[in-house]
Amino acid sequence: MLGLGVDRLRADMNRLLAMLFHQGVLDEQFLQLQQLQDESSPNFVSEVVNIYFHESEKLLRNLRELLMDREFSDYKKMGTHLNQFMGSSSSIGAKRIRNVCVAFRAASEHNNRAGCLRALEVLEHEYCYLKNKLHELFQIEQQRVLAAGVRYPMQNN
Amino acid sequence: MARSGVVSWRRRSEKLDGFDMAPMNSEEAHVLAVDDSLVDRKVIERLLRISSCKVTAVDSGRRALQFLGLDDDKSSSVGFDGLKVDLIITDYCMPGMTGYELLKKIKESSALKEIPVVIMSSENVLARIDRCLEEGAEDFIVKPVKLSDVKRLKDYMTREAGLEESGMNKRKLREPCDLPSSPPSILPSSPSSSSSSPSKSPSPPLSSSFSAPSSPTSLDSPIRRLKMTNTD
Repeated sequence: MLGLGVDRLRADMNRLLAMLFHQGVLDEQFLQLQQLQDESSPNFVSEVVNIYFHESEKLLRNLRELLMDREFSDYKKMGTHLNQFMGSSSSIGAKRIRNVCVAFRAASEHNNRAGCLRALEVLEHEYCYLKNKLHELFQIEQQRVLAAGVRYPMQNN
Repeated sequence: MARSGVVSWRRRSEKLDGFDMAPMNSEEAHVLAVDDSLVDRKVIERLLRISSCKVTAVDSGRRALQFLGLDDDKSSSVGFDGLKVDLIITDYCMPGMTGYELLKKIKESSALKEIPVVIMSSENVLARIDRCLEEGAEDFIVKPVKLSDVKRLKDYMTREAGLEESGMNKRKLREPCDLPSSPPSILPSSPSSSSSSPSKSPSPPLSSSFSAPSSPTSLDSPIRRLKMTNTD
């Protein structure tokens, strides 16, 4: 029964990943990160992703503060934040977020404040979505590891 | 899976049977990675470690120069903690000193100019790539960096880190093996020496006649392709 649990959990993970790929939320760089995870670095993906979340939240806060300022004019600074966000998003395979950053940057280069605000909202939404889905993924992974650990004593009976 | 293909001279004979003749130094290569993004530093560190390299990761060009012993205008040939650096890989866009500026400072230093420098950038801009290559960068990697990119970097290190020992090793031992890309045919003639310094082999003349790569995102480094065809 528990053996089936592990397989089912793995299937759940794969299904979730496939969906995220299909939606264009993640790209193959995420797979590359998974390939870098092994016994010597068993939590590599979640470690990197958690750093990404931490940094992203700071960047999103900075972007919002900049845009909420009625006297805002520092598009260059916004561009810097966006470049950072773009870079780290592409490094973990967060394709959709990266693409929104590209559009955001274009609006910022045209000093288009309204466009920037719109882009920021999409960005915040996309970020929320990604964070929820990746948390879900890591939860299933944790459950799978636990279930796999419990399975072996049963097999010996 | 063998985590490290490193073999010392002493252990060589014991490992002959079924041993994977990875072209390796008798020591792990040491790479200095420079990137202001923590996410990217984590990733590049892991990519390099999994490829059997020692890694030092710093967050700015200034810190990189400090590590290399080049502080402001002072120049010294000893690394900060005495470890030699076999390769420097740096992001292009960084606050303060850009990767390009770091590259220039390294190439201007008599102590450091032989260290191969690779630039990374998330922007695939030909003019930028050209500038870096002209300034002496060994290669230019478009982010995100993958394992295949790092594997390619290892070739720069093993080729230029004066691997005469393993070169001879391979010539003797490789006869039964068929390895078309065996480095010995590419190694320029260099004075035989241990791998203590990365500056032994002359910078291959091919790279100076090399012009802009046609496709920076192609799997093979254009420089590598050029070198290989010229030595065949």
